[in-house]
Amino acid sequence: MNKVILTAGAAVIALAWGFSAQAADAPKLNDAQIAHIAYTAGVIDLKNAELAEKKTKNADVKAFAEDMEKDHKAVNEKALALCKKLGVTPEDNDTSKSLVKGQDEARAKLEKLDGAAFDKAYADNEVAYHDAVNTALEKTLIPNTSNKELKDLLETGLKIFQGHEEHAKTLDAKLK
Amino acid sequence: MLRPARYALAATAGLALILAAAAPTAAAGKLQVKIDNLVFAPAKLTAHVGDTVEWTNADFVAHTATAKDGSFDVALPAGKTGSTVLKKAGHFDYYCKFHPNMKAEIDVVAK
Ligand SMILES: [Cu+2]
Repeated sequence: MNKVILTAGAAVIALAWGFSAQAADAPKLNDAQIAHIAYTAGVIDLKNAELAEKKTKNADVKAFAEDMEKDHKAVNEKALALCKKLGVTPEDNDTSKSLVKGQDEARAKLEKLDGAAFDKAYADNEVAYHDAVNTALEKTLIPNTSNKELKDLLETGLKIFQGHEEHAKTLDAKLK
Repeated sequence: MLRPARYALAATAGLALILAAAAPTAAAGKLQVKIDNLVFAPAKLTAHVGDTVEWTNADFVAHTATAKDGSFDVALPAGKTGSTVLKKAGHFDYYCKFHPNMKAEIDVVAK
């Protein structure tokens, strides 16, 4: 059975960001869906990074966004290549959909901000978003992954994204 | 268990003997640190002033080896190596700028 263990705090964040598909009675996610969620999470952060690169005038924020772009592209390329190798076609699902919706809304808010207000809001969102994705990877997606190679890639991805979260927190603390 | 890194032999044993006899100071060594799956291995290194540390990044994302105090900042693109010469004695904590959850340290002692 699919046991989802989330701490109360993490559950609130996860729900807020769209990881609500893993309710106690929800069907178990399959590898094709998990791959889709992981890939989608990367595409979303690429969009966030593109927006930041377009809007920011802060060198630290720009450098951070460029780092996000490079890493998420690299992880997603690996994920696509692995899916191809395994013959897995990523399958859209409610978790992916609500992730997209949540971050589309977050980006719409960011679009309206400029200067220091934008930088701070972008950094805040990056901390919260990476935290939500990392929690989902650690507690739900990785434990439910059947294929060993996909699991290994997600575990590497988790370490990379935990690095991003820490980097985002440091950036966020520097911004007023 | 991690195997502590030892000096890579800079020369054959014979040449090393000749160098040791000819010069008052031993030839500088080269130490290797591997990065695999976002981990510096070995995480702790002891080196001498003048030694070279070479990092090999086996991951598919770029990393850096960046000293907390700014003594060195080595770019390590995916699948590439980078190195620095240790110029002063002391304890150096370093990390990756892109993934600050990656941490390691080097103790540099005088020759
Ligand atoms: Cu790194």
